[in-house]
Amino acid sequence: MELLGKTNIDFIGKRNISFILSSIVAIIGIIGIIQIGLGTANMGIDFSGGTAMQLKFSKPFAIADARAALHKHGIAKADLQEIKVGNMLLVKMAGAAVGKQSEIVQESFRKEFTDNSFTVESSTEIGPSIGDKLRKDTLIAVALSLLGIIIYIAWRFDFKFGIGAIVATMHDVLAMIAVFYLLNKEINLLFITAVLTIAGYSLTDTVVIFDRIRENMHKNLKGALHNIFNNSINEVLSRTIVTSLTTFIAAASLFAFGGEVIHDFSLALLIGIGVATYSSVFVASPIVVLLENRAMAKQAEKA
Amino acid sequence: MPKGTGWRFSLIGIFLLLSFLYLTPTLVAKLPTWWGGLLPKDKIHLGLDLQGGTHLVMEVDTQKAVEGSLDLVATDLEDTLNSKNLHFKRISRSAADKVSLLFYEKGTAETVQKILKDKYPSYEQSPTFDEGGFVALTLRMNEKDTQDRKDKAVQQALETIRNRIDQFGVSEPTIQREGINNIVVQLPGIKDPQRAIDLIGRTARLDFKMVREDISPTSGVIPDDAELLKEKSVDATTGAVTEIPIVVQKKSMITGDLLTDAQVRIDSQFNQPYVGIEFNSLGAKLFDQVTAANVGKRFAIVLDNNIHSAPVIRERISGGSAQISGNFTEKTAADLAIVLRAGALPAPVKIIQNVTVGPSLGQDSITKGLYAGLIGVLLVVVFMATYYKLSGLVADLGMVLNILYLMGALAALGATLTLPGIAAIVLLVGMSVDSNVIIFERIREELKLGKMPKAALDAGYDKAFLTIMDSHVTTLITAAVLFQFGTGPVKGFAVSLSLGVLINLFTSLVGTKVILDLFLHKGTAKKMSI
Repeated sequence: MELLGKTNIDFIGKRNISFILSSIVAIIGIIGIIQIGLGTANMGIDFSGGTAMQLKFSKPFAIADARAALHKHGIAKADLQEIKVGNMLLVKMAGAAVGKQSEIVQESFRKEFTDNSFTVESSTEIGPSIGDKLRKDTLIAVALSLLGIIIYIAWRFDFKFGIGAIVATMHDVLAMIAVFYLLNKEINLLFITAVLTIAGYSLTDTVVIFDRIRENMHKNLKGALHNIFNNSINEVLSRTIVTSLTTFIAAASLFAFGGEVIHDFSLALLIGIGVATYSSVFVASPIVVLLENRAMAKQAEKA
Repeated sequence: MPKGTGWRFSLIGIFLLLSFLYLTPTLVAKLPTWWGGLLPKDKIHLGLDLQGGTHLVMEVDTQKAVEGSLDLVATDLEDTLNSKNLHFKRISRSAADKVSLLFYEKGTAETVQKILKDKYPSYEQSPTFDEGGFVALTLRMNEKDTQDRKDKAVQQALETIRNRIDQFGVSEPTIQREGINNIVVQLPGIKDPQRAIDLIGRTARLDFKMVREDISPTSGVIPDDAELLKEKSVDATTGAVTEIPIVVQKKSMITGDLLTDAQVRIDSQFNQPYVGIEFNSLGAKLFDQVTAANVGKRFAIVLDNNIHSAPVIRERISGGSAQISGNFTEKTAADLAIVLRAGALPAPVKIIQNVTVGPSLGQDSITKGLYAGLIGVLLVVVFMATYYKLSGLVADLGMVLNILYLMGALAALGATLTLPGIAAIVLLVGMSVDSNVIIFERIREELKLGKMPKAALDAGYDKAFLTIMDSHVTTLITAAVLFQFGTGPVKGFAVSLSLGVLINLFTSLVGTKVILDLFLHKGTAKKMSI
């Protein structure tokens, strides 16, 4: 069975469209990063510090009542989210002190929801100093892994390919942040884990294409770069899609059946896998063409 | 049989055997008696997010430990100077790292300077200076000693906490030092996390101090050698808290470090639990002296700067045992006995992170994770078999090998499986067939060029090799970084991911290849199911 027969799509020719599209996504991603830096994005308490709890009630409840109950006991700023299945309530309080908050929440519901008993499924309290340290560590982690990838690709390929690969990887990272920012999803440690995983994974597709381009460039020195790149991408298109598809299937299964805790994590993976496939075709390769063309023009000038 | 088939199959077989061997302790609830000796006993541990439990990060207030040491120095100096009849106005800890001494006469100060040099050679002494008409001098703990004291405080706190947890009874706790000031405690499967947290986090400093009946707590003027503390009592029926201020002597008569034992006992008369304590010989002697000299007076039992009770000394108590009674339930009495037995923390600790997962959520996560994994595996298997027919099935076999090897490796390392770890395994299901996809597509191309299956197979593997290496190395780089910087669940993810990537190299380059080789080894096969 074959998903695609022989294709002949002008990927490189569409670079104007793809560059505009990618730039918009990247700008949104950068805005997202700035918001994260300022702490105004929807940060998980592992970064902001605070208290998060997951409560399971015995009966259905109204979220307004839950809010009122907390309010009555002095918790004014709490982020409440209801999970209908299993009568669950997520309570998030950013920046609160460790030790007191979770007791107050339990106390409130014990007093106000007298006929609706509950159990604490999980509770997380993180002091602000931990959040700060984690934020710093995360930045270092992201920078280090990108650096590691840059060095490796620059060593394995030529420098121009290295740039193409890095731009594509950064593009994927920015795109994941952009989507999470637009959807107002929580930026937490699991999300960063997903981002770093994709940063490593996104290179698979790029490397497959680059390998073929390099091979074809050796074979055919005379053809226009534009054509060599297009042909190479078309030749490996089906494996680009199939490799992404298999991983996508696995991640989709996690998304659909893996439960609440890793729901957003698998969503991030799904987005990342999709974007990574797009970027290896529409971002990484066209950038290398641009750089190669520029280098050739310079050489022509000299001659 | 093609060349090299034997050793490749043996390698696959050996790895498979090893995997099952290492997985046995994980899969078999109770190991048979003959299982022992060199056979592996480590198993895959479940992370706290899967089995439920509490993860605490505590920060030791090391500065307080330094201050405590300086307070001791100040008390010790007072005693020394008094015994030598040297008069001083005041000796006290003044700043974070200093003890300041104030004298009436320059002569005394100079004598004391010599004593200080002998007694505390590592401390930095200031020259004498004038302070409001008195002669002052300061003694400063040097930088290195301060660091040592802080370091020791964290070490002692760790030991004390370990002691308390052991006595509280938690199976397989983890207690580790992290960074300079932090202690990480993991309590898997704990039923009453709040009680454990209270028990661990309590400083439990016990002091016996004389009550100063001569000073009114409401007067507002407390002399230097006394302090105002509060006695808290909770009404058993209404739950109302009342606080009675009491003025006590600042200097302790006896401290908790002179205890040898503390046990819960039940008062036979009122059926009330109390904590019986035993002093060591020094403590017993002191207790005997203090009680003998102060019959009829009150002394305060002070726990962490709160007065627990302030009974009247009715008679001289010799023999070195005493009791702490009060409004105890059996649990609170038991907890107090534990902290007194295990000793006080050298400095207060603050809980800066507390992650508690209930057992039902953990179970739910395992079920859902496994369910998602199973569906993921099935979908990928079906897809590969339809898309690449028989070769696809070979790739599927490689994937199953991959999972088995990975589980075996996790067991062999005694690794901890977390929910993100399960996610990594599911993700690897997708990624593990990727290498085969890259190879198979290459083979298809070679076949289209008109090559015989055997030649196409070899060319496919050869040409895909570097591509596969490159893509695996980049994933490994990020996994290594994640491992280095991640905590808890993320670390679990990184371990699963990096092991999976390494194993995948083997299964795709050796595992599936040998099976395909076997199919096509004569080199005359006309068709290949791909």
